[in-house]
Amino acid sequence: MAQFNYLNELNSLATIDGPITRGPLQRWIKKSNNENLNPSLSTSFKNISNINLSSCNQSMQKLSVSSNQSYNNVLSNNKTPPRNENKKGKKTPSKNKSPGRSTTPTPNKASKTPNKADRFIPSRSNSNFDLCHYMLSREDDKGEEIVAQTAASEAIGRALTDTEPGRLLQYTCKAPAAPEGYQNRLRVVYSQAKVPSTVKNTTRYIPQAPDRILDAPDILDDYYLNLVDWSASNILAVALGNSVYLWNAGTGQIEQLLTLEGSETVCSVAWVQGGGSHLAVGTSAATVELWDCEKIKRLRIMDGHTGRVGSLAWNLYVVSSGARDGNIVHHDVRQRDHAVASFAAHTQEICGLKWSPDGKYLASGGNDNLLNIWPVNQAQHYSQPQHLYSFNQHLAAVKGLAWCPWSAGILASGGGTADRTIRIWNVNTGSNVNTVDTKSQVCSIVWSTHYKELVSGHGYAHNQLVLWKYPALTRVAELSGHVARVLHLALSPDGTTVLSAGADETLRLWKCFMLDPSKKKEPTDTKAAKSLLNMNALIR
Amino acid sequence: MSQQQTKNCITLRGSAQILCEYLNYAINSVLFQRGLYPPETFKAAQQYGITLLLSEDPQIKNFLTNLLTQSEEWILNKKVSKLSLVILNVANKEILECWDFNVQYEEGDVALSKEKNETVGSKDLKKIQQEIRDVMLQVAATISYLPFLDCRCSFDVLVHAKTDCDIPEKWAEAEPVAIVNAQNVQLKTFSTSLHKMETVVSYKLVD
Repeated sequence: MAQFNYLNELNSLATIDGPITRGPLQRWIKKSNNENLNPSLSTSFKNISNINLSSCNQSMQKLSVSSNQSYNNVLSNNKTPPRNENKKGKKTPSKNKSPGRSTTPTPNKASKTPNKADRFIPSRSNSNFDLCHYMLSREDDKGEEIVAQTAASEAIGRALTDTEPGRLLQYTCKAPAAPEGYQNRLRVVYSQAKVPSTVKNTTRYIPQAPDRILDAPDILDDYYLNLVDWSASNILAVALGNSVYLWNAGTGQIEQLLTLEGSETVCSVAWVQGGGSHLAVGTSAATVELWDCEKIKRLRIMDGHTGRVGSLAWNLYVVSSGARDGNIVHHDVRQRDHAVASFAAHTQEICGLKWSPDGKYLASGGNDNLLNIWPVNQAQHYSQPQHLYSFNQHLAAVKGLAWCPWSAGILASGGGTADRTIRIWNVNTGSNVNTVDTKSQVCSIVWSTHYKELVSGHGYAHNQLVLWKYPALTRVAELSGHVARVLHLALSPDGTTVLSAGADETLRLWKCFMLDPSKKKEPTDTKAAKSLLNMNALIR
Repeated sequence: MSQQQTKNCITLRGSAQILCEYLNYAINSVLFQRGLYPPETFKAAQQYGITLLLSEDPQIKNFLTNLLTQSEEWILNKKVSKLSLVILNVANKEILECWDFNVQYEEGDVALSKEKNETVGSKDLKKIQQEIRDVMLQVAATISYLPFLDCRCSFDVLVHAKTDCDIPEKWAEAEPVAIVNAQNVQLKTFSTSLHKMETVVSYKLVD
């Protein structure tokens, strides 16, 4: 409002020399015209004219929400010579359209004046008294008042019928409505209603409740991160906020490995293969840190990214990192110049990264809905700028990635909310072997090492884990218990237990791949028999 | 001369075609992603480096073809300022959602236009497609915040044209639409250097 005080002041100063009534508009007048003049207009009309006062006011207020341009027009008419009036009045500015839907009149919303009231009480909060005073004390030439009046009502009429300059057209041969009785399949994304699932009965007993529940306070609820990993030496690494904790699954001991400084957070953790004590940690500061978990000591920090490092994967002595900038960097942790190769793999954040068990292929999934397979030739120092396959069948970010441990070249991938499918790929042939619609966001996938099954972690609506039979992809079991989405999964080194990390800040251990005692006996029996045979052989 | 030939050149017609191709994929994407029609009536297609779904329904295809061929002419002649995809409830004709595709006309490459004696742009096609892809990914991501369309729905496309635009056969004037308690979300824009396309979705806010 201060600017109007200023204008009033300016005006009083200007009266010394008398008002300038002809000639081009002065800049400060133009400026005041560009301001929202609705309340002031209504008051000035009220004072000057007594024609149809209340209705005018009402319609003015109705319009006040929808179109300011018509007022600007009215005011410019007020100033322009009468002969230009018609031309100007018709030409609503078409270039500086107000954005979006604001030009559509919304009468219901706008009418603030009560219809049945016996008198008009202006809303003081809406009235801009400084501006009103300025407008009144401007000593407007009264002769043009009537002209302004008619121009105003014309503008109002036009604005009420059609605010857009131009026509609104439609094609008369309409597209059909959805077929009768069709139900929006997106219901699964929005509702808690039970989705009919075909859970196949198995002879195996799968406990429906978690074996243990651990607390994971401050675990980040971020789909794009990978915050849990279980090492071959039975130690679970979990990133909670800016810290990494180690949980010894054998003894139950908990140790804090590190806490990042400032507002940095841990974005990914990955154990070295083969039960070593080295842990790679990706941070939001775009670095990859290498830690020795026996000595609780940081060995080195490796850079090479410009965004947070949300995914890590080991291949012997090389740790590959995928970051928000869409780049993958292969770090040889033994070398001083650790970055052996760096290439742009995706156009958006990389959220899934996995090396195949034989170390031949690297699979990467990104927020650009792509799943890329990179063949790696170690003789070429990992510099493989061209992907072998780029699968774009997923309709959302690809985070859940897992290579089949028993069948080379088989990869399972899961898509986000807009996709909701698990796809099985054969990278030897580049074909999509099987696809299943899970009806829920797929956050993570893990293969069983004992059974021909895989388990997936899901988000809304049921936040469950689903066991799938491979290769048919029929549901074996559903494990529910999490009250928020299951973000990460990890398999214990003995292959019997699946750990799920949920956004509800809990870690749950499910003994869903327990070995059948009778089956378990069998191999030991044959082993015993073999050793007996060996014994016999030795005796002979 | 050789340099000129290697330089990328987009004519007005080509730019209008890019826009209409985008509109076709965008409208189909909305129909699929918002679950207006059964998913089995859609077929996957590869475009802009991603998988997009196109309706196989002959009536919908026919509607969109007619609409977009006409729109292409209009865009070419700068007659259109906006196309609105309106999603409405079949039962009570209530407008539930509105996707606005605002068309803005740009200068293009002025120097090259003078040389060629027609308005042309020189933006890299790859770059344009990448921009379109970013918008498409956003369209797919909208289901995470748009309200569930829990009724039989239909759609219509309204063309905001200039006053001097002729009404061809089978076209008619339409009433302006408004959504009660609307919430607007602006998606990314893309530009062919001759046209700029701005995508805005407005939906009914339910509390």
